[in-house]
This record gives sequence, structure tokens and C-alpha cells, in this order.
Amino acid sequence: MMSDVVEMARLMQGNEAVVEGALAAGVRFYAGYPITPSTEIAELMAERLPALGGKFIQMEDEIASMAAVIGASLAGVKALTATSGPGFSLKQENIGFAAMAEIPCVIVNVQRWGPSTGIPTAPAQGDVMQARWGTHGDHPVIVLCPASVREAYLLAIRAVNLSEKYRVPVILLMDEVIGHMRERVVLPRAKEVEVIERKKPSVEPKDYYPYRPGDDGVPPMASFGEGYRYHVTGLVHDEKGNPTTDPQVAESLLLRLHRKIYDHLDDVVSVEGYQLEDAEVTVVAYGAAARSAKRAVKEARAAGIKAGLLRPVTIWPFPEKEVAELAGRVRHIIVAEMNLGQLKGEVERAVRGRVGVSGVNRVNGELITFEEILSAIREVALDAQSG
Amino acid sequence: MLSQVESHLRSDRFPHIWCPGCGNGIVLAALVRAIEELGYDPDKTVVVSGIGCSSRAAGYLDFNTLHTTHGRALAFATGIKLARPELEVFVLMGDGDATAIGGNHFIHAARRNIDLTAIIFNNSIYGMTGGQYSPLTPPGKRATTAPYGNIERSFDIAELAKGAGATYVARATTYHATMLEKLIVAGARNKGFSVIEAITACPVGYGRRNKMGNGLQMLLWQKEHAVTVKQAEKMSPEELRDKIVIGELYKGEAPEYTAMYQQVIERAQKTTGQ
Ligand SMILES: Cc1ncc(C[n+]2csc(CCOP(=O)(O)OP(=O)(O)O)c2C)c(N)n1
Ligand code: SF4
Ligand SMILES: [Mg+2]
Repeated sequence: MMSDVVEMARLMQGNEAVVEGALAAGVRFYAGYPITPSTEIAELMAERLPALGGKFIQMEDEIASMAAVIGASLAGVKALTATSGPGFSLKQENIGFAAMAEIPCVIVNVQRWGPSTGIPTAPAQGDVMQARWGTHGDHPVIVLCPASVREAYLLAIRAVNLSEKYRVPVILLMDEVIGHMRERVVLPRAKEVEVIERKKPSVEPKDYYPYRPGDDGVPPMASFGEGYRYHVTGLVHDEKGNPTTDPQVAESLLLRLHRKIYDHLDDVVSVEGYQLEDAEVTVVAYGAAARSAKRAVKEARAAGIKAGLLRPVTIWPFPEKEVAELAGRVRHIIVAEMNLGQLKGEVERAVRGRVGVSGVNRVNGELITFEEILSAIREVALDAQSG
Repeated sequence: MLSQVESHLRSDRFPHIWCPGCGNGIVLAALVRAIEELGYDPDKTVVVSGIGCSSRAAGYLDFNTLHTTHGRALAFATGIKLARPELEVFVLMGDGDATAIGGNHFIHAARRNIDLTAIIFNNSIYGMTGGQYSPLTPPGKRATTAPYGNIERSFDIAELAKGAGATYVARATTYHATMLEKLIVAGARNKGFSVIEAITACPVGYGRRNKMGNGLQMLLWQKEHAVTVKQAEKMSPEELRDKIVIGELYKGEAPEYTAMYQQVIERAQKTTGQ
């Protein structure tokens, strides 16, 4: 995977790290519409892309941005767009198109307080479910959630790689804290970065079935202009790409779209565990909230409480196996998130009542604090003592 | 003639989905003949469409074809053209597709003067969804959602395109299919955003409700109501009131977007020493 060879240590903002990561992964096309707190990504792309021979365009809205990104990707250029809540909502129909037509692309959503215009500059994690279910229909999607500036860089690369490998839209779900935070980071050298390219057809154009999958469930993808003339549509289509309403074709297409992701959970899903070995109370947290959670766990340990942290790095597909496995050995799970419990429901589903699950939630536009998580950990520990 | 058209069709896709008397096939054939005349390499030719009866045309064409979402064809096409300026990109849209849900993309593609050739199938109605009024339904006409007559004024696509910055604007009807073909050729040759409005008949969703008869009668209606740019010059506004002016309506000069972006690349590379 990634080498630790140091290129340079520098002070970097989360949004900037996303740009550098995307460029390292080969992104050469950006289309977007400005929105706080993601705008720095557009501004930096406007500066960096043409210098690399890439293309930047500020479209008339987020719907158009998403469309342009899909068009560019179909023309063979790795493409990314970035936005925040309201813009993310606008992109949804075309994200569904990308899922259906299997066009690789990356969507960065730097979450802000919502619904609606909410507090544009305030952090929140309210788009967890929108990232999963924002577009209509049972579509596959991958959502990654960084908790540091360095990880924003690494996950931007991974997002591009996964989207190319599985021909699926990948969402890099950030939050205002990670997007705007500055940290000193040490990044791997560009040439040490593993870059995955989409699978290309190896057959003659006349034998090409654009939607006939390989063993991995993913069909090889020809770019427009390469001599493979084929049809791309958001309608249910057969292996030739031609529209059909045949129920059998529809079902097998939808199931394959799912299988190509869910058959590769080992590759797609990752979590970080911290002090989990002997943990009795475990916090599940992601993104900015995971930083406060980690500190809370440290403090709890210092106070003699066996606390641990499970941090989903991939939040969709939800790390069900990893969370279910916790249920067998911890006494209680606390889900700390900056929403009213969007991922907590998934945790409960995974543990099936085998352990208690409670939430620490903050929805006032401020970062969740380590103190509130720590006091939740203490409460659980006290209950355990008295019970 | 027919075989020339046929060679660019995906013949295994027929019969097509269009109703008897529908004008969409005439526009499709004019487009194919135009591409043949232009001599474009099919491998380098892209046809993007939106959603609607007319947008299904893309699926019948043996080029690189992309059937997108309702109203967004121009935005998808902008991504393709900017990513690969060497590709020849045609964009097929319905009147609702281009000027209602896609109206914003339409004016911005025109403003950028990006080198796309847009063909708008104007049947004055939302055909695919069964005959609701569109921004091109004339006032007073009936639609399923205007059962007492349409009270909205309609757009003039050509004026809209011109005002927004398109550098080639033309109109023909399906009755004037040869003219349509020539206008598509000229539009494609224009290095910039070109709009060709094709007046076409939807006997099922529009004609029937407005007592315009079948497809053939609607074609004859087009013949009777069309006047060329030259004829129009000699006519008064009163005489032109219920007429459709056909031919080349506007040609302008403006920098083309992807060419301008190439200059941005050169400037950026000079600045950064790449
Ligand atoms: C977002 C969205 N809204 C609505 C529709 C339903 N819809 C499909 S085609 C259409 C109108 C088509 O009219 P037009 O663009 O004029 O094309 P025509 O069918 O007349 O060729 C509508 C409203 C849709 N597919 N997507
Ligand atoms: S509904 Fe109208 S536009 Fe659609 S196929 Fe039928 S005649 Fe043509
Ligand atoms: Mg129409």
C-alpha cells in the first residue's frame, strides 16, 4: 500500500490535503460550484489543475457539476467534485446516474450544519444517511470519512482508487472541522502512492459488451473516443448497454451492482481500533468526533477505566462485521456523533441487542467535546461497578 | 440514401419506440446524413441526450452515445468536450428538456460558447410524459395540464440562444428535412455553441388535443406556416405573427471555451514552470 517515505513535512489544511491526494491519484478534471466549507477545494483545483494539463470548470450549479464530472470520466479523465450539504442534495440525481451507468467519480462533501442553509460555517455530521441513501433506488455507494488532515490526503487517494476499481461513485465525507483544520503532515512521495486505473477492455470493439462483468463483478470500461462505440444510459440496460424493461435483466443488474461492492468488503471497508484489546466500554466515532473520542478514551484509561475506540474509516458499507465482533467482548458501546444518532442505528442493528448502545450527540454546530464523551464513559463504568 | 443513414444506426435496436406519425425519426435521419456529410469519424463522434421521447434518438445511433438525466445533457456534454476537445459532440434535447428543467444549462453553455452542436426537438409539448405543456407550448393551446388552454407565454429558443451568447442559431422543420440537415452541418462546423431548433410533430401528445390532425397533417401545417429568413425580411410583423421563420437566424463571433481553456493551461504552466 502506501509507503512511509517522506516527501516533505508541511502545514496543510484538510481541504488542501484532499486536492493534493486527488491529484496524486491522477484526478485531472474538476467541476464544481462554490459552497462553504468546501470552497478551498475548488479554488486550489482551479490553480493546480491547468498547471498539470488538467481541466477545471466552475459550472452553473451542483447538478451541472456532477453531470460534467461524469461526462469527463466517461471521456477517460479521472474526475472529482466537491460540495457541502445543500449542493450535495442537488447532486443526488446524477450520483444515482453514475451508480447506474457505473461511471467512476468522487464526490467530496464537507458537511455543514443542516437542514437547509443552517449554519454554513458550523460543523456537523448530519449527512451520514444522505451519503448512503441520497439518491433514489437501491444503489451501491462507498463512503469514506477522514479524521485528520493526513487521512484526508490518503482517503482522497483511496476514494479515487476505489471508484476506478469498482466503477462506483465514492463519497469522501468530511466535516467542517477536518476541512478547515490545519495540521503539520508528512505525506508519502507522489511516486510512492499506489494509483489504480480502471480496467480496460481487452477485446476487439465488435466483441465488447460494455456491461458484461468480469469475475469481480466489474465490467471493463472503454472511454468515449477509443473506438468502442457503445451506449450509456440511466435506464435499466442489458450487457450491451441497451435499455430494457425485462424484470430478469433489471434484477440481475441491480444485484450485480450490489455484489461488486459487497463481495469485496475486505477491500472496501476499513476501521481503526484504539485500545480495543481489553476494552470494556467502547466508543464508536468517525470524522472530527473521533478526535474527541480518542482523547476521551485516553483520559478514561488514565483514570483506570478500560475504554477503547472503534473508528469506522469506511462508513458505507457499514463495518457490520467489525462492530458485531465488538458485541461479543465489550460491555457497552457509546456512539459519539454530531447528529441525532444516524450511525447509532447501524451500530444497534449490527450488535442485535447483545450489548447496550447509547449515544453522545451534539447538534448545536459545535465540535463534540472529549469531556462529554468522557463523562458518558464514566457513567457506563460506574453503572458496571454498582451493577 | 437510406443505406447511408442505415450504416450509422444500431439496426438491432429497431423497431423504435416512437408513435406512428412522430417527427423524431425525421430529425434523427437528418442528423445522420449531416454527420455523414461532415465526414466525422464515428469513433470520435459523441451524441449526448437528455430524457424525453426525442432523447431516445441517441440509443439508435452507432456513435459514442450517452443518454443522461432530464435537462442535464448539456452539462454532461460540457464535461466530455472539456475533457476531450478533439471529440465532436452533438447534444439532442426535447423542448422541455432544453428550456424548462435544463434552461439554466442551456443559457450557460451558450454563454461559454463551448463547441457543442445542440439540436432541440421542439414538439411544443412534453411528449414522453403524455402531453403536459412545456415552455414552448404556444399560449392558448391545450395540454393535459392546461385543460382550459395554456396561459403561459412561450420562449423563442432562437432569441434565447442568441441572447445568451450562442454563435450559431438556426431553425428548420421536419417538413424541411434537407434544410435541417444543412443547418446541422453548418452548426457543427461553427467553432462554438450552435443551436438548431427542429420543429417536429407530436401527433399523440399535442396534435390530437389541439385538433391538428395526424402526423402527415402536422407536417403539412409546418409547410404552410414556415417562411424562410429571406421571405421573412419582406414581411410585416403582423404577417409574421403565426409564421415560423426557418433558416440561419444568427451567426456570431466569440472565443470558444475549450480553446480559451487551452490558453489557461499554457499560462498556468508558464507561471509554475511546468
Ligand atoms: C427530474 C425529472 N423530472 C421529470 C421527469 C419526467 N419527464 C420525463 S421526459 C419529460 C418531458 C419531456 O418533454 P420534452 O423534453 O419536450 O421531450 P419530448 O418527450 O417531448 O421529446 C418529463 C417531465 C424526469 N424523467 N426527470
Ligand atoms: S408521444 Fe409524441 S413525441 Fe413521443 S413518440 Fe409519440 S408522437 Fe413522438
Ligand atoms: Mg417536447
